[in-house]
Amino acid sequence: MAGPTFTLIDDGRAVDLPYAEGVERATRAEAAGRPVALDLEEGAAYLGVPASERARQLSSLEAPDFALPDLQGALHALSAHRGKKVLLVAYASW
Amino acid sequence: MWQAVYEELKGFGFTVITVALDKSPEDARPWIDAGKPAHPSLIDTRHVLADLYNIVNVPTILWLDERGRIVRPNDVAFGTDTFKHITGLEAAKHLTALRAWVRGEAPAMPEARARQLQSLPTERDQQARAEFGLGEWLYEQGRPAAAERHFVRAGELAPHDFTIRRGTMPMRGLDPMGPQFREMLGAWTKAGNPYYRPLSE
Repeated sequence: MAGPTFTLIDDGRAVDLPYAEGVERATRAEAAGRPVALDLEEGAAYLGVPASERARQLSSLEAPDFALPDLQGALHALSAHRGKKVLLVAYASW
Repeated sequence: MWQAVYEELKGFGFTVITVALDKSPEDARPWIDAGKPAHPSLIDTRHVLADLYNIVNVPTILWLDERGRIVRPNDVAFGTDTFKHITGLEAAKHLTALRAWVRGEAPAMPEARARQLQSLPTERDQQARAEFGLGEWLYEQGRPAAAERHFVRAGELAPHDFTIRRGTMPMRGLDPMGPQFREMLGAWTKAGNPYYRPLSE
């Protein structure tokens, strides 16, 4: 019989694991210096990216690449615009 | 919002990429339908961009050069003066600088200056983003009470991060333009903190 599961969200992907294994992996990620949001009651953890890694990338001034969808679901990568000057704008409806 | 700027400058090897930090494409759709952008207009429900670039409020703009280098770090600018009466920020100053840079009439700021003006994330900021990520996942799983705990924790860790404090309001049954937001904003500014942080030049 399958026991309770634990959902580990890592790099944006959610994976279901046996509960004890999920908790152990979250704990190890935290010990390795990653920010971890943990909810034992809900059986879920989110593994984030350390500040040091983000700071290193940003201070290099190399724009971090990303690929995000438009309204139609088509993915657009920043790197596809290499060779152009880019005005990158974050906005929201709120 | 930025479509006119794109049309004006696209002939100079330039594009605009807009990214909506909204919980769903449907929240962003009315804005995109109204703006009819011909440039990439993307949706970032999981705040991927905010995490990568340490974006803590909207609007945030950056300039990236032809080699993909950040030549103007996170700044506040509007494409039009629609919200000037609320924000006190005029579109014209940034637009003038942007035009000059895109047309090759003026360089962007020196690299040393760009680094100096950058705001880098702290461990608390990244912990807040992890709490946000877990909260959003729980919300999407239909567990709003559990999500709320993590949204609250995220806001406590990074009180300056309005992509979290205001951006989660639509998931928490709160109006991001309503009394709860005005109360949050009032407490924040009363304590001497600016809501918008344009680059000081």
